[in-house]
Amino acid sequence: MSGEHLNITLKIWRQNSPNDNGQFEEFKVSISPDASILEMLDELNNNLEREGKRPVAFESDCREGICGTCGIVINGHPHGPLPKTATCQLHMRNFKDGDVIYLEPFRAAAFPIIRDLIVDRSAFDKIQQAGGYISFNTGGAPDANTIPIGKDVAAEALDAAECIGCGACVAACKNSSAMLFVGAKVSQYALLPQGQPERYKRVQTMVAAMDEAGFGSCTNTYACEAECPKGISIMNIARMNRDFIKSKIVEQEVDI
Amino acid sequence: MKLESKVPEGNIAEKWTNHKFKMKLVNPANKRKYDLIVVGTGLAGASAAATLGELGYQVKVFTYHDSSRRAHSIAAQGGINAAKNYQNDGDSVFRLFYDTVKGGDFRSREANVYRLAEVSNNIIDQCVAQGVPFAREYGGLLANRSFGGAQVSRTFYARGETGQQLLLGAYSSLNRQIKNGNVKVYHRREMLDLVIVNGRAQGIIVRNLLTGELERYSAQAVILATGGYSNVYFLSTNAMNSNATAAWRAHKRGAFFANPSFTQIHPTCLPVHGEAQSKLVLMSESLRNDGRIWVPKKAGDNRPPNEIPEDERDYYLERKYPAFGNLVPRDVASRNAKYVCDEGRGVNGERAVYLDFSDAIKRVGKKVIEEKYGNLFDMYQNITGENPYEVPMKIYPAPHYTMGGLWVDYNLMSNIPGLFVLGEANFSDHGANRLGASALMQGLADGYFVIPYTIGNYLASEKPEKVDTERSEFNDAEQNVKDIIAKLLSVNGKQTVDEIHKRLGHILMDKVGMSRSEKGLKEAINQIRELREEFWNDVKVVGTGEELNQTLERAGRVADFLELGELMAVDALNRNESCGAHFREEYQTEDGEALRNDEEYAYVAAWEFKKVSEWELHKEDLKFEYVKLATRSYK
Repeated sequence: MSGEHLNITLKIWRQNSPNDNGQFEEFKVSISPDASILEMLDELNNNLEREGKRPVAFESDCREGICGTCGIVINGHPHGPLPKTATCQLHMRNFKDGDVIYLEPFRAAAFPIIRDLIVDRSAFDKIQQAGGYISFNTGGAPDANTIPIGKDVAAEALDAAECIGCGACVAACKNSSAMLFVGAKVSQYALLPQGQPERYKRVQTMVAAMDEAGFGSCTNTYACEAECPKGISIMNIARMNRDFIKSKIVEQEVDI
Repeated sequence: MKLESKVPEGNIAEKWTNHKFKMKLVNPANKRKYDLIVVGTGLAGASAAATLGELGYQVKVFTYHDSSRRAHSIAAQGGINAAKNYQNDGDSVFRLFYDTVKGGDFRSREANVYRLAEVSNNIIDQCVAQGVPFAREYGGLLANRSFGGAQVSRTFYARGETGQQLLLGAYSSLNRQIKNGNVKVYHRREMLDLVIVNGRAQGIIVRNLLTGELERYSAQAVILATGGYSNVYFLSTNAMNSNATAAWRAHKRGAFFANPSFTQIHPTCLPVHGEAQSKLVLMSESLRNDGRIWVPKKAGDNRPPNEIPEDERDYYLERKYPAFGNLVPRDVASRNAKYVCDEGRGVNGERAVYLDFSDAIKRVGKKVIEEKYGNLFDMYQNITGENPYEVPMKIYPAPHYTMGGLWVDYNLMSNIPGLFVLGEANFSDHGANRLGASALMQGLADGYFVIPYTIGNYLASEKPEKVDTERSEFNDAEQNVKDIIAKLLSVNGKQTVDEIHKRLGHILMDKVGMSRSEKGLKEAINQIRELREEFWNDVKVVGTGEELNQTLERAGRVADFLELGELMAVDALNRNESCGAHFREEYQTEDGEALRNDEEYAYVAAWEFKKVSEWELHKEDLKFEYVKLATRSYK
């Protein structure tokens, strides 16, 4: 599988701590096209460590595109130029010898930079804690097949539930909106029968937490969907908006 | 010290029910007086923390991730087993129990496995109620698929993302408890020592990974759910950060480590492509439902796969194991891949075999295959640049799961009172080989349905008095951590942490991997000792301890791997038999199958740490009353 090495110029955002001014630093690397972009950074860091220099701080974990830990803006695109691909799955064969690659953190007011390419995405957890669940204690569940769910409905719910919580949607959005992330969770439960009892309360508490965390509004540019590594559809935003409006009516009738 | 498994009396089908009745309870009003520590937020940790919070305990849960949703359970692909028998194909709790004991090659504890099978059905109910979108049939009922080592269809799934969906379910329950105030979550904290007060586990020392500060936390009990140690091999399917440090530091404080040599090398992973590679990628075992595994009959046949005619292909698993075919258990599939590659029949002479979907695509059409495995095929193409709908996948085994782990009794408590161990971090349910789709089952069984009962029994005899973190035991443990960090930073040698880790991985993969021998294991022990010496004299860790320092984090983990790796070899050398994933070349049948020695080795090897390179072996004898000891046959 291996071929000629590629010579790449990297311009990487370096920022020591949240309040420092950052700047780009340039590195030259030679890398196998079979390596992933993060493996290229591993190699760069290994060389920096050997020279006693501070390695580039970046995060990753599963390297299979599912944990949502990694996230770098690569040449202006969160997770890079390929559609439906997380940073860890982007392989160097997608670049050419002599390319210049800019690597930057996910930028948003709600995601403060911690160091270099690492940002603080704890705002996402706060939104989930506000209502991203079905209130149900372990132990009391009925037999799983007592709740039939259509194959297509389950698939649609799973399409929404596949969100990996990486934050690329926020980084892609000119308003730093988190509505794709929130809409995906709201939709998963709104589509399923198990989610109905708390449907309208959930959308209200999650949207309130989203606003409080400092994310912007949606102005329908669709950038989030275009950059989402899981291809989460903006239909989920529409569904959330619809439920949110409906919840204002519902709350007139019953106490949600 | 004698190991007591504390398996309850009575018929196996009644043990858990009787035990639940006999165990002591903590009064609902008193539960809030107890502090509990949970380390890890994977399936086991998150489900335990959430459920204990629901019961009213005050839970502190720790993860080194930036969010508890990122634990490596999230990457599990294929599915989760349960004995629902929704397919009417003859499944039952007893059959799931039987398959799991047999699949583990008779080196697990019967009573634990039975309980696992028993609660498996509750897990599916629980997850559906939480809103986990499992795959469905057109009529709206749950769908199942088949997995290795079973002749019934009992695996529930959500595309190739079952682990993600189950973990996000547990994460949602955890979030609810965080909001309710019963659980407090501590992100970006790595546990670096266990604190024992009056012989009981009552606290931990963690490093705040953002600031480098060491922090102390106390509780009436500590629950470790910190996963497995496949990353000891450097290249594995585990996430980059998965490590053994929390379990290993507990081991050095007295917790016995059981069956460390039982490591699963998963048959369907992508082959190694080069030295820059950071991890190996798993392709779900579910692919073996429809993919056929083959290599050319002749060594040196380097024609492209589509040009090799049918009669010049060796579908070696179907040939050797007609009853199970491509769905033999993982250890058998992996070992056979190694054999054909050792014979020079690997793809292009390399260490790879074909996993071919062309027959399945002909049979059911591309669309059906895409529906079942689409995301896995995409992932394959993404990584290799080849289209698996047209060209067979190339696969090779990779370290994936560790059956070994900290020793626990039936209540999931280690030999240290108050220290409980759940999920992959313990040793208890999979014997010498884990069957596919059983890891998710065990993690959630331990967390949702076992620990909430057994911890109550322990706490009922413990006074809920706050443990002062200014006690000398906390000072000592913190000093121990400080010393390790200072030592790592002071070596200032020439080799990087990764360079040494890779060398450890090569030794282990070569000599403590799919095939082991007395000679190789003795060499491995010496080589690991030398490498450890080299590490402490020549490692280079840049930066300081008082800041975010990812190199320092990895250095601490590799330091522990260098001790654990030796114990794996010691354990493998002690076990003069072949069983499951532990294959000793000296002990095999005429046709190359594992040859167990039940007379002498039907025991759990639990190792007590004395000092570095010195352990004392304790044995827990295994009795098989319900599954008759027999040579596994998948023919």
